[in-house]
Amino acid sequence: MSSYNSLAAPGTSASPRSFLERTGLDGQLTVFGGRWYWSLFVLVFGAAATFPIYGSVFTALNFTSFLINVPLALGLALLWGYCGVLSFGQVAFFGIGGYAYGVLAINWGLGAATVGAAVCALGLTALAAAAFGYFLFYGRVSAWIIPVLTLVLTLMLETFLGQTAGLEWRIGDAQLGGFNGMTNIPSITVGPFSFDGFSLPLFYLVLALVALTLAGLRMLANSHFGHVSMAIQEDQERAELLGYDIRRYQLTIFVIAGLLAGLSGILYASWGNFIQPTSVGLLASTFPVLWVAVSGRRSLTSVAIGTVALSALSDTLAVYSGELAFVVMGAILLFGMMAAPNGMVITLLRGIARLSRARK
Amino acid sequence: MSLLELKAVRRAFGGIVAADGIDFSLAAGERRCLIGPNGAGKSTFFKLIMGLIKPDSGSIHLDGSDISRDEPFRRVQRGVSMKYQTTRIFPTLTVAQNMFIASPGGKLSEVAAWGLDRLELARNAARPAGELSYGQQHWLEMCMALGNAPRVVLMDEPTAGMTPQESQRTAQFIKELGDRGIAAIVIEHDMGFVRGLEAPTTVLHQGRVFRHGSIAEIERDPDIQRIYLGDAHG
Repeated sequence: MSSYNSLAAPGTSASPRSFLERTGLDGQLTVFGGRWYWSLFVLVFGAAATFPIYGSVFTALNFTSFLINVPLALGLALLWGYCGVLSFGQVAFFGIGGYAYGVLAINWGLGAATVGAAVCALGLTALAAAAFGYFLFYGRVSAWIIPVLTLVLTLMLETFLGQTAGLEWRIGDAQLGGFNGMTNIPSITVGPFSFDGFSLPLFYLVLALVALTLAGLRMLANSHFGHVSMAIQEDQERAELLGYDIRRYQLTIFVIAGLLAGLSGILYASWGNFIQPTSVGLLASTFPVLWVAVSGRRSLTSVAIGTVALSALSDTLAVYSGELAFVVMGAILLFGMMAAPNGMVITLLRGIARLSRARK
Repeated sequence: MSLLELKAVRRAFGGIVAADGIDFSLAAGERRCLIGPNGAGKSTFFKLIMGLIKPDSGSIHLDGSDISRDEPFRRVQRGVSMKYQTTRIFPTLTVAQNMFIASPGGKLSEVAAWGLDRLELARNAARPAGELSYGQQHWLEMCMALGNAPRVVLMDEPTAGMTPQESQRTAQFIKELGDRGIAAIVIEHDMGFVRGLEAPTTVLHQGRVFRHGSIAEIERDPDIQRIYLGDAHG
């Protein structure tokens, strides 16, 4: 799984295959990798999958809601860490996914139709991300203003959804519900399995999706596409003068990140059977940025770990006091940015990796 | 027919006319030196060809088709590429990764592979590009400019800061590019290097083509001595 070969002797002809980067699950653009990484990967996901057997089902179900945030966070890590575009409004696509799924699932009814609703909701989210991203990138909007524009997008969405309390705000049988949100959304159902918040199928589905997303994004990051994105992040003009339409790359990654946010939103709606405007509000919009910044935006693995840990922490704190949770999360962000500007989780993981290497 | 042709290209920045009706023509595989005092419009000339700035009037043609309105990346895809004056490689990435990025679809072009071999960069594949010597960084960028298997390469002062040996090797390299059918336009201040390239030379002055001829003719021309001295002492 090593990343490349160099040519042994000078003067030998550089054949294309031997010189260039080998791509795959491991490579130069993913921070961690190798035998140890994948052993731990299998171990961690194996331990999580068997947790309901040796641990508690209740904890596993709780854990589902933390895992649901991971695709959303990984999408932002790809966008921000690998393409240099900071979106402050990824939750807009979380909300679009969740609401679209809600409307479709309520109208189309139970059973296999919910799968169709989920797939269509993903499609709609991608469409929304593509439309918004098109104006951002093809309009050649300056990079520094993108966080503001994406934040405005999500706040507008929140304001709009918040005023949909009246009975006239319905799509078919689905009542948008204003600030109370949309309720009675059916969970995704396949045959005898209902992917809801009260049973294990959703836990396994989300766990599998997280593993797949992590592996898939690692492959994308190490691919030629990922390298070009990195080049765009480093030096846009340089990348363009190597023959790349940088806007197309940025838009593609923006759509992938939007899709992943939408996936989280759909899973969330299936988990809790509801979705509300606060999901796309100001506080909600800061969380993905916080998870990714504190974890380390250039490391997908760190973001996956950090997102689960921070979600669990804020959930635990919220049991005592909602305000306390926000204060502590804010403090962690501040401390994290000062103590480990590259991210706390990645710094920690690197330290552990270095220690284990030193011991050998 | 000429490979690259500029017809009456004009571009002004406010009151400063950086390109004042430039007519220029380059044949396939030809190499050409571009000289001129500071502010003559040499870098603007390159930026116009690459599409980093658009002409106010006039047109630019590649292989007979008008590329004046094409985006920079399209021009690169059509076979024009450029090496920056100060290297713009990706210093934290390895030499192999830099070449990977510079190769469309991740496939190393034959001419880029030849260049890496010729400039002995292949053995440094796994090293971060920022750790290479200054000259090697320039060479890496030249190889990156070959990634798209170009028809013509623009090089902005390729030997700035190089040792005499490295300069000599660079001149040799550019000549061999011509043998492989790749045209080159080279901006250079170092007259020794220009002589070594043995190429027709175009002199730019105040955004205009001032003279065109062999380097021997150019060096004998009293008008050219005057614009250079005027620039240096005025």
